[in-house]
Amino acid sequence: MLARPVHPEPPNDDLRWKPVIATMRRYGFASHALIETLHTVQSTFGYQDEVAMRFVAESLRVPLSRVYGVATFYHFFQLKPPGEHTCVVCMGTACYIKGAAHLLEAMEDRWGIKPGETTTDGKVSLLTARCLGSCGLAPAAVLDGNVEAKMTPPGFLAAVEQMALSQHQVKIEEDLEEAVPA
Amino acid sequence: MTPEALHVIADKERADKATSQSLLVCTAAGCASSGADDVLKALRAEAKAHGNGCQVKGVGCLGMCQAGPLVAAAPSGHLHKFVTTADAGELIANVGRPPSERLALDPAQPFFKRQVKIVLENSGMIDPERIEEYVAAGGYKALAEVLSDLSPSVVIKRVTASGLRGRGGAGFPTGVKWATVAKAAGARKFVVCNADEGDPGAFMDRSVLESDPHRVLEGMAIAAYAVGAHTGYLYVRAEYPLAVKRLKLAIKQAERLGVLGHNILETGFDFHVEVRLGAGAFVCGEETALIASIQGGRGNPRPRPPFPAERGLWNSPTLINNVETFANIPTILRKGADWFASIGTEKSKGTKVFALAGAIRNTGLVEVPMGITLREIVYDIGGGIPGDRALKAVQTGGPSGGCIPAEHIDLPVDYETLNKLGSIMGSGGMIIIDDSACMVDVARFFMEFCMTESCGKCVPCRAGTVQIHNLLTKIARGEAGLEDLDRLEKLSNMVKRASLCGLGQSAPNPVLSTLRYFRDEYLAHVVEHRCPAGVCKIATEGEVIR
Repeated sequence: MLARPVHPEPPNDDLRWKPVIATMRRYGFASHALIETLHTVQSTFGYQDEVAMRFVAESLRVPLSRVYGVATFYHFFQLKPPGEHTCVVCMGTACYIKGAAHLLEAMEDRWGIKPGETTTDGKVSLLTARCLGSCGLAPAAVLDGNVEAKMTPPGFLAAVEQMALSQHQVKIEEDLEEAVPA
Repeated sequence: MTPEALHVIADKERADKATSQSLLVCTAAGCASSGADDVLKALRAEAKAHGNGCQVKGVGCLGMCQAGPLVAAAPSGHLHKFVTTADAGELIANVGRPPSERLALDPAQPFFKRQVKIVLENSGMIDPERIEEYVAAGGYKALAEVLSDLSPSVVIKRVTASGLRGRGGAGFPTGVKWATVAKAAGARKFVVCNADEGDPGAFMDRSVLESDPHRVLEGMAIAAYAVGAHTGYLYVRAEYPLAVKRLKLAIKQAERLGVLGHNILETGFDFHVEVRLGAGAFVCGEETALIASIQGGRGNPRPRPPFPAERGLWNSPTLINNVETFANIPTILRKGADWFASIGTEKSKGTKVFALAGAIRNTGLVEVPMGITLREIVYDIGGGIPGDRALKAVQTGGPSGGCIPAEHIDLPVDYETLNKLGSIMGSGGMIIIDDSACMVDVARFFMEFCMTESCGKCVPCRAGTVQIHNLLTKIARGEAGLEDLDRLEKLSNMVKRASLCGLGQSAPNPVLSTLRYFRDEYLAHVVEHRCPAGVCKIATEGEVIR
């Protein structure tokens, strides 16, 4: 009789490991499930840290260097924890032509952060997107998941200010809800 | 499920539709960002309260994003623009009658009338989350016929005869690609749909996937039968959560109905499709990089040959086509290759979907016959340039394409003409640029994009894009000399010729095309130290480059 492969235990009793393991199981712990697994880590934890990367590497039997290589190659995977609120400025061509770069400048002047950074108090993270597909509403930004259209720098800063003051619960992704009962 | 059973579903669905009034709310990206979801909810609540049996459905893209949220009425065909939740009562009470002047959007205006819809024929007409509506619109009929009546070689012959060329941008003849994969030796073969739409001004594929996902699945299944594959992958950007959700749902529904999966339509043919998420890397639209990514690795391209048609996924023959290419297939087989070949020009057949944006009145998604002039797209369909601005250029192909100057807008849109002009058809982003934009700045924007997106594997692209970007920055700041223009041109040609994959080979296109047509703007920056459009920040003496 063949011995069943032993899969490593999750690093701690955090329930969010369950969907991560569920994804790996769905692909039979095959090494090509790496990106799908990191997607689940991203949606449940919000970022990829060393603990997660080590666990995924061990579970899928791939070198840690490869996990790190993949996690850093793709823009979608964040290596730092996100701020309480996120602000995504669209930098697609239509938004750029209509002045999206001024929104980023305004953000840097007012909050002191560049794309990819979070304010020191952990309140607001600034990200850019390549194209939101809302070119008719350019320049567009997404504040905590809500699309704000035809932004001007003052209007944009006011909207960010309002977002920063609001109570925001980090949305639990569908993946988590789907995977937990399994 | 047999083909006959499909007819039964279609007939029932059509009978239901014929007897009821419905309101179709566009829930695609453009309208969703202007509040379509709330409108949908308000209309549903109002319909329930009113009780006149009006059905309210969320549908895919209705096209004119500028006027969103859009609501269409069926079967009357009336269109409503800028609908808010406050209009729900009026829309429900008035269903079937012409809308009030404030809300009316004329469906006979050139924006709608000048379009020819093949890929988008169901877009905005059917509920993308119900397979029955796709079946009622003639969906999966082509697949049923192909599986029961045609041999794989006949299918390939028909696709070849249609003259369809790849809609991902390069325009390789689809039939030839299919024949190569069909002929290639291999125990396993794969079909891959490239939905990693990376052009930062393009959302055609997203719209097709969100509005009519089954069309793409049907096209993939027909391709799989033609080339002898039993597994397919749909590689979609993770940035498109709605498209991913609808695709996964569509696959589930299609498997349940027996038009996908095991023993399709009881013909003994198996085809399983899996969705794979991209993770934000422009280079993954390149086919060898896409393959590396599906296999779970970094999206590094590799030299071709061997082409994926011979050695692709897991070294097996792999057919890779773009979303729009697959979306054309069911209609080509349903209506015939001759019909398809009758649309378009001699070498570019059929239609092309463009995402029209930038300095234009009617932004949105349009599908036009090949061979149409840019003038017709910009002035008839697009409604012209807003304000008192003048057209300066039309940018096609995104970071891999070029800028076509206003004097060439009477030339036809086809693969060869666009190439001759120094641009490419591309996947379908079309940005209209007016005289308020600086072309040096536009070139710099695209080069910054390519520089960030270069995977770093080959030196010409990795180092070349950085150096080109530095030169463009220097020019934009008015600090460059004439020798820098020369250097820019030489470097661009070197990167174009020496790069490993399509990303690097096409990255200099925006620079070369603007140098070709807008050299005077470069010269103004270099010689006169000024930006004619007033966009670039010219450095004052003694300032240090950041």
